[in-house]
Amino acid sequence: MEKLINDFSFGLFFWQIIIFVGLIFLLKKYAWGPILKAVNDREEGIKNALQSAEEAKKEMQNLQADNERILNEARAERDGMLKEARQLKESMIADAKAEAQTEADKIVAQAQATIDSEKKAAIADLKSHVAELSVEIAEKVVRKELADKDKQLELVDAMLGDVTLN
Amino acid sequence: MQKRTILKTFIALVLIFSSGNLSAKEESEGEDTKTVIKEFIDHHLQDSYDFTFFSDKEAGKHYGFPLPVILWDNGLKVFSSSKFHHGKTVAEVGGSYYKIDHGKIYKTDASGVITYDEDHHATNAKPLDFSITKNVVTILLVCILMFLLFAGLAKSYKKNNGMPTGLGRLMEPLVLFIRDDIAIPNIGEKKYKKFMSFLLTIFFFIWFLNLLGMTPLGVNVTGNIAVTFALALLVFLITNLSANKNYWGHIFWMPGVPVFMKFILAPIELLGIFIKPFSLMIRLYANMTAGHVVIMSIIGLIFLFKSWIGGPLSFGLAFVLSILELLVAALQAYIFTMLAALYFGMANEEAHH
Repeated sequence: MEKLINDFSFGLFFWQIIIFVGLIFLLKKYAWGPILKAVNDREEGIKNALQSAEEAKKEMQNLQADNERILNEARAERDGMLKEARQLKESMIADAKAEAQTEADKIVAQAQATIDSEKKAAIADLKSHVAELSVEIAEKVVRKELADKDKQLELVDAMLGDVTLN
Repeated sequence: MQKRTILKTFIALVLIFSSGNLSAKEESEGEDTKTVIKEFIDHHLQDSYDFTFFSDKEAGKHYGFPLPVILWDNGLKVFSSSKFHHGKTVAEVGGSYYKIDHGKIYKTDASGVITYDEDHHATNAKPLDFSITKNVVTILLVCILMFLLFAGLAKSYKKNNGMPTGLGRLMEPLVLFIRDDIAIPNIGEKKYKKFMSFLLTIFFFIWFLNLLGMTPLGVNVTGNIAVTFALALLVFLITNLSANKNYWGHIFWMPGVPVFMKFILAPIELLGIFIKPFSLMIRLYANMTAGHVVIMSIIGLIFLFKSWIGGPLSFGLAFVLSILELLVAALQAYIFTMLAALYFGMANEEAHH
């Protein structure tokens, strides 16, 4: 301790204090202030950049989710439309089929009716022809048969016989 | 006697050329070499009135330059230290006579008689000494270096959009280290800013001076008690002038302990105010001085052993210790800054009870 006090030089102490305090203020103004400010600004900048990047990422995700949603909606709408169209088609086909059926039935029925009436007419026509023809034939036969008296009687007999059989 | 010349050169160039090429061996007295080495180390540890790079005692030549001596002795007296002729002669300035004894200037008569008391202390009158000594020159040199380095770094930020360039770039991580690992954890996010200039300046100042002490310039500034006292005094002043009510409350009326304990603790805490910076002063001084002494002594061993094994052995030891000292240089700067920040933090702590 005594050696320390002995070694102590007031001059050096004096200069050290003056120079060192001067150095602190000089460096504060020209070095530490600007350096710390620059470093701070840079860190702030990096922080902000990271933050905005994070925000952009989030926004991007939102956007993507939105897109997905819209796409899904569109897909669902398309599916619905397709389904509706299919149903419409099916119902149309069914309707057409039914209508065609009824039309066809009607046409068939009409044709049947026409055929029936034609047939009846034809039968009636044929009947009348046959009757005429048979009367003519009968007339001719009868005329020939009844050329003689015996034969007329015989016929009357045969006819009478038939009547009794009936 | 060629040998001692070599010794001077060797020790002055501290390690760089310390290999074992001891050529001139003489059957000289070992005791004498020992004393020379001891004196040389003592001389090296002390401040000096001129900047000597190395000296040749046989030829009586000193290679260096004189520095201005500034005395206050019934008026300002400024003269060159060359007047002392390296302490050998009496300097006569304006009718007064001065002589250097054990690194201090004393007022003497014309023949330069210095009287000693029984403890071998000079009893002559001491003028107020404001000389620009070797250490003051070194301090100024470091200040200029720091200013150029850090002002350059500050400028490079402006030029390059916030990115450092050049040599300052190496220092930026350290500036950030002091801010993020010393100032903020110890002082707190809110208040650290006003202490930053001091902490940064003191860290780089001590570190650069420590490193400069490892060069062959042969300076020992941070191992000087006046310098460490000045630094510790600044820490003391800043701590106590910035201290808040909570800090003084903890010293004089410790909260949370019984009343009679408060009376016991107050003087202890009060003493602590002075012990804290005092420990800073002694720690830096002792570490740097010890480092210088050990390294120089080991280099001195080369000249004591005078054998083929002494040289390489001393060289190896000195080399390893130099590397250790490089670490110590940074470590002591770190510890000083760290503890200063801790004390500032304690003085500015907010009440949390």
